[in-house]
Amino acid sequence: MAMIEIRDVSKWYGSFQVLTDCTTSVEKGEVIVVCGPSGSGKSTLIKAVNALEPVQKGEIFVDGVRVNDPKTNLPKLRARVGMVFQHFELFPHLTVRQNLSLAQALVLGRPQQEADERGLKYLDRVGLIDQKDKFPGQLSGGQQQRVAIARALSMDPICMLFDEPTSALDPEMINEVLEVMQKLATEGMTMMVVTHEMGFANRVANRVIFMDAGHIVEDASKAEFFGKPRSERAQQFLAKILHH
Amino acid sequence: MNYHWNWKIFWDLTPEGSGTYLHTLLVGLLWTLATALAAWVIALVLGVIVGVIRTTPRKWAGRFCNGYVELFRNIPLLVQMFLWFFVIPELLPKHLGDAIKQMPPPWASYVPAVLCLGFFTSARVAEQVRAGIQALPRGQRMAGTALGLTLPQTYRHVILPMTFRIILPPLTSEFLNIIKNSSVALTIGVVELTAAARAMQEFSFQVFEAFTGATILYILTNILVIYGMRWVERRVAIPGFIGPAVQAGGH
Repeated sequence: MAMIEIRDVSKWYGSFQVLTDCTTSVEKGEVIVVCGPSGSGKSTLIKAVNALEPVQKGEIFVDGVRVNDPKTNLPKLRARVGMVFQHFELFPHLTVRQNLSLAQALVLGRPQQEADERGLKYLDRVGLIDQKDKFPGQLSGGQQQRVAIARALSMDPICMLFDEPTSALDPEMINEVLEVMQKLATEGMTMMVVTHEMGFANRVANRVIFMDAGHIVEDASKAEFFGKPRSERAQQFLAKILHH
Repeated sequence: MNYHWNWKIFWDLTPEGSGTYLHTLLVGLLWTLATALAAWVIALVLGVIVGVIRTTPRKWAGRFCNGYVELFRNIPLLVQMFLWFFVIPELLPKHLGDAIKQMPPPWASYVPAVLCLGFFTSARVAEQVRAGIQALPRGQRMAGTALGLTLPQTYRHVILPMTFRIILPPLTSEFLNIIKNSSVALTIGVVELTAAARAMQEFSFQVFEAFTGATILYILTNILVIYGMRWVERRVAIPGFIGPAVQAGGH
């Protein structure tokens, strides 16, 4: 079974359907990019993978564990799935070091010193070891997002979810975050990335999923998607996003 | 105006023989503080619990807590004071009601007054806690959840630390209110500061001096509270965080 399996997933907000029969999967070590216009359901889909958004129909499995099963221990499962948000969501009242160690200590039960060491190791890997005693509000957006990635990695995740990780960043800070993500991908991390960064998709992704109005319209290899997408909607989207 | 001013009245002995009039006012102030502080503890504990429950996904518990808030904030404080003093002891099982009514003098008034003020203010604190929690970005809760924190852990380590910083200024107002509202307890027999001023006026006929004295003591107490809370705000301010917590200035 794939690392992430999404089968016939549908979701409604009241009578409004945000996801319609979505099916896809992410193999171990694979990087897939999910793109599409706003409101197409891509953020909802990625948040359904670790049950931050409940779904009403279909099945989602992560590493063989069914996510939308009431018997599943969700905190335990979520602890193994790293997630990076559009607005970073570092905890503003904690220093960078505390942000990195909090969940390790609380959820994984690691002794504080071990949690600190591990957090700082990943902080070093995203190039921010100097900032360990700062508060999130004292960092730039790009730095905050790199800390957020380090925070997720400190939990030793089996896969990583990125929900528009660069959309809230100033243009000159986008690359520092994309570089960290690219390095992660080359190290073999399984990644599902919602993004509009088509350059990143082209360099790093194995597959690209294109969503529109709650449907997965296109689920193709990178070469196919950028070469000649089958659906007209994806062609229009690509034309707009690549030639502006 | 034909009024005989006498500011030295504070150093005169009262006919009760309990000391000077100043002493009467200071004892009143102590009862004001004892009532307000005890009620403040109840208000904070209940207010935080009720406010938090209203923001959790537990629907029925949330509705119950909404009802709680509406009950205690929609009945005038004075009416609530009478209800706690006159009505509730009658509604309790007889032995319990009698035990309350037969408490020795200050306590039979003090205990209902503290409970009344505590519950009344807890509804207001609950409303502020709810508003503070809802003022946080929704992503904060998601980030805690996504890291594997349980709901209580997310509240304890992620949501509430920020909520308290955000609501410190309105909580300061609530603290000041509870001190001022404690004067309503005089209606059920607590001889707190306002009641002490009235006693002084009745014995000495120096109404202006009596209430000037009380006014000054209320103002001094509240200034102390304001400075104390500002100190707390500065202590918990977060470097680089642009929010209400760091805009504590003004002095």
